[in-house]
Amino acid sequence: MEFGLSEDQRLMQDSVDRTLEKVSSLERVRKSAAAHEAYAADIRAALVDLGVPGIVVPEDEGGMGLKLLDAALIAEALGRHVAPVPFIGTAVMAPLALMGAGSPAQQRAFLPKLAGGEAVAGIAISERGAGAREGAGVTASNGKLNGKALFVLDFGGADVFVVGDRTGGLHLVWGDAAGLKKTQLTTIDLTRSIGELDFHNVEAEPLVSGDAQATTRRMLDAGRVMLAADTLGAGWRMIEKAVDYAKERKQFGRVIGSFQAVKHMCAEMAAELEPGRSLVWYAAHAFDEIPAESSLMAAHAKAHLSEVGRFVARTATEVHGGMGFTDLLGLHYWFKRIGLNRQLLGSPERVRHDAAVLQGWAAD
Amino acid sequence: MDLAYGPEYEAFRQEVRDFIAKHRDKASRRNEWQRLLMAHGYAARTIPKEYGGYGAEPDILKSRIIAEEFASARVPMGIANQGISMLVPTLLELGTEEQKRKWIEPTLKGEIVWCQGYSEPGSGSDLASLQTKAVEDGDDFVINGQKIWTSTAQAADMIFCLVRTEPDKPKHEGISYLIFSMKTPGIEVRPLVTMTGLAEFNEVFFTDVRVPKKDIVAGRGQGWYVANATLKHERGMLGDPNQAGSRLKEIVALMQEETVDGERLIDNPLYRDRLLQLQARVHAMQFHGLRLLTASAKKEDPGIARLIVKLQGCELNHQLAALAIDALGEIGVLYGQSPHLRAWGTWQHRYMFDLGLIIGGGTAQIQKNIISERGLGMPREPKLAKDNAEPKLEKA
Repeated sequence: MEFGLSEDQRLMQDSVDRTLEKVSSLERVRKSAAAHEAYAADIRAALVDLGVPGIVVPEDEGGMGLKLLDAALIAEALGRHVAPVPFIGTAVMAPLALMGAGSPAQQRAFLPKLAGGEAVAGIAISERGAGAREGAGVTASNGKLNGKALFVLDFGGADVFVVGDRTGGLHLVWGDAAGLKKTQLTTIDLTRSIGELDFHNVEAEPLVSGDAQATTRRMLDAGRVMLAADTLGAGWRMIEKAVDYAKERKQFGRVIGSFQAVKHMCAEMAAELEPGRSLVWYAAHAFDEIPAESSLMAAHAKAHLSEVGRFVARTATEVHGGMGFTDLLGLHYWFKRIGLNRQLLGSPERVRHDAAVLQGWAAD
Repeated sequence: MDLAYGPEYEAFRQEVRDFIAKHRDKASRRNEWQRLLMAHGYAARTIPKEYGGYGAEPDILKSRIIAEEFASARVPMGIANQGISMLVPTLLELGTEEQKRKWIEPTLKGEIVWCQGYSEPGSGSDLASLQTKAVEDGDDFVINGQKIWTSTAQAADMIFCLVRTEPDKPKHEGISYLIFSMKTPGIEVRPLVTMTGLAEFNEVFFTDVRVPKKDIVAGRGQGWYVANATLKHERGMLGDPNQAGSRLKEIVALMQEETVDGERLIDNPLYRDRLLQLQARVHAMQFHGLRLLTASAKKEDPGIARLIVKLQGCELNHQLAALAIDALGEIGVLYGQSPHLRAWGTWQHRYMFDLGLIIGGGTAQIQKNIISERGLGMPREPKLAKDNAEPKLEKA
């Protein structure tokens, strides 16, 4: 019995973390956000060098062939450094779509490119995870897609999209396909690109070699664990920043970190967030090793980290006083990252309803 | 990450199961059951043989397997009281050979019941300010003062007690740790009824109580260090996530059985959402417990992860009881011997008693000081200057 990370996992996370420390500085993140970049190409290149986009892609297809827990450790590091790069869609959900429902030819065509960082894949299954808004929904007939998909993940600069239709089918659509209209959606978080796809008789290649319904579920579960891990990393960075600030800022002739009112805010953040780490690890582990618990634990990790993340984000901001509220410290990049994670692929209430359905406590 | 215990441990698990199946009918005879558990190493497992224990190497996974199997078979574990959980480890670490031989074995067997004399009316969170005096007189100390929150004092044979022996020394250096009989003349025990309606604690008064000087552990002025060596054993017991896990199961069953206007409680989306929020928290704390267990087994320091357990675990238990009460609605306030009472009123009792646990064993606020200072490296609150220690109100 060993509940924890292996030495390899620690080293891998540490090396991603150290790379991001160098390449994804706050100044770099600011520049990317101000320019509304689809993603920061230099940061992405550094991660490609480490093999990050191929983390879950099989070794035969040019990837690292690792598990969702390894991907979660990377997501945590990305959240920690508010890295403006695609990951959850292109490096986790798209490979899972191809491995679960793609033909060998489709896998061969796309997986090595995704793993090698030569292509980015966006993911359009928000309607399955968060529900349909604004009349969104995609219908497929005769190899053509019509309708629209909102809140597409890893949207900017995507070469190809994995699109879920109303009946649970999955399709590949080229980013430059005729009849495809792409509209950037501006969210609070400028470190990740989210968009809308409108389809007018768009040519699509269906993924029909596996169970698309079950594959969509797997993509959703994995995506939820990644968002939870991202919030874990972003949240802990906010706590560290709050603690550092409280140790330096002086009022009434003392550092504010010596006031119990402030110390207790920091203690509460840490006490709330830290057990979430074990929940994220378990959910990621269950995804690969305990199939019966996989969806439930993904839902719990997503909902719980969303709730705790919100508490940490607002409390850490408060510890910084007026400075936390300004743009000067840039703390809001983490605040907004956590805010976006909370809503994507299902808000906490919706995800908990999923958890109830999975346990037979509610009707679908 | 490997959640399997492996063949050696699964074989051990089978041994435990076989033992329970064979002997479970004896579990109601408490002292006999305790001796049987000790003989098989399911109680006093790692206590050395020469002091009456089983003498096994510490193996945290085996200890966990024993706890898991006893819990799932719903048979009682060995006796758990403050003598076994706090005094025995203290004597093993700091007692004289004579003290170890005299006290450990009968304590393990349940023949001697102990109570703990630490807190005083004026010394709660600031325990080191305690004022119960022990003055040297010939071969004895003469003790005068008062203790509070002394659970089981009315049934206890013995007490391990912190007293001030060197009043002129700084507060942490003037304390000694004494052990003596509760039958000693001059001791009066008064039950302390709590908000639950039960006398779960006592006050203990000492008037010229004479204790031989040899019944001190680790020498004069060492009491604070002795107490700290044992408090860590106590804090480890509070906030156990397995307790939250079994509570959660009880609430799920309750919400599936109870109805309001013919609707099951679990079909009410508001109660159900609260249940799911708490379910996630219970899982998080259980997995967190596995993580700490792994760290202990590997002798790694899990840092801040260990410091949060008491704070989070006690609060979680409290919130679980609150949900059960709320879901039961008006039925949830029934107590005592009332008609329509559910589960002997246990949810209200737990809700109140848990508040005692949130306050006791180091208050939630003390826990937050510990987390922020030791876990996050934040500075201590500066001490008030001596002449400000008792702030005086100015006359208007």
